[in-house]
Amino acid sequence: MDQEFAKGLLERYAFLSSRDSADCLSYFCPTDNLVELASVLRDREGFEMLVDLTALDWGQENSPRFTTLYHFYSLALKTYLRIACDCPSNEEPEVPSLAAVYPAADWHEREVFDMFGITFAGHPNLKRILMWDEYPYHPLRKEFPLAGIETTLPAPDVAEVTEASVEPAPMMGGPFVSPAEGNVSESEPRAKDESWTEEVEKTL
Amino acid sequence: MSTEEIAYDSKVEGEIIVTRADAVVNWIRQHSVWPMPMGLACCAIELMATAASKFDISRFGMEVMRFSPRQADCMIVAGTVTYKMAEVVRRIYDQMGDPKWVVAMGACASTGGMYRSYAVLQGVDNIVPVDVYVSGCPPRPEALLDAMIKLQDKIGREPSVRNLRKTQETVSVA
Repeated sequence: MDQEFAKGLLERYAFLSSRDSADCLSYFCPTDNLVELASVLRDREGFEMLVDLTALDWGQENSPRFTTLYHFYSLALKTYLRIACDCPSNEEPEVPSLAAVYPAADWHEREVFDMFGITFAGHPNLKRILMWDEYPYHPLRKEFPLAGIETTLPAPDVAEVTEASVEPAPMMGGPFVSPAEGNVSESEPRAKDESWTEEVEKTL
Repeated sequence: MSTEEIAYDSKVEGEIIVTRADAVVNWIRQHSVWPMPMGLACCAIELMATAASKFDISRFGMEVMRFSPRQADCMIVAGTVTYKMAEVVRRIYDQMGDPKWVVAMGACASTGGMYRSYAVLQGVDNIVPVDVYVSGCPPRPEALLDAMIKLQDKIGREPSVRNLRKTQETVSVA
């Protein structure tokens, strides 16, 4: 069914182009056709749900650098559909908002805006959702270090009294990851670089 | 009231106990700690277990959990304090009346724990003075109870009368 359906989709919507996928159907969609596509997916193709909306940062050296990803689900067909949308600009990435078509997109787009700095044109309330409004960075971008970058606390009066600020977290040889295989006793999360402990020889 | 009643009365005099003001004040304080549950993550679940019947924090006179900082005197920071939340934690701390104490429950509240990340405050002691740290991720209810008993001991050792003067100078952002 999937193949017939996929063929039909490509025929009906010529602007789609296929995309490699290990699981569900996946297509590229140009930014200009995104809202139109979302509308017809919902109204004509039976994809009632926007299950997930996220983005990818391919790194500063790549172009297009940012891709937004949409996962739709059809309750009738019991199938997922993935749409990827490359952002035309690498410096000021912008894609149209789907919040008017799928209300579920509202907060997801705010999260993507917060974490990646991708603007969603036409979004009703595009402001940060996780970090505070004045936070100057977009933490899920490739160039942003996991430990964070020094900046000021959201509340100046609290910062003044406590003399606290946002500081890079001590990584202590981290990030701490657990190997997917091996004994449970050996697959506890641990630092890749354990040079700070004398018990383990430095491997790097 | 007649003058006879306020004169020397052997019955009353016989029941007078002479002590220090600190000892009385601390004795009262340490047996009626009113905790303010600052539940921010999974540690809050263990905090609830501590309050429930099996572990029963009321054995120590601390069962009166108050969600209003004005009515509490011990903030139990149970969970991950993000930078965004740090402001709120500090403001709630400032809204608590003196004397007040803070228990940092679990690894996150004590040091940031496993969250070596851009978003998480690396220890609540960066913004509020902490009296007792509890290790564990999350700590078991016994560990929290032990911490609360240690806090009682600490309250018992405080120079409360001398502190009265000091607390008036405390800076506040509430």
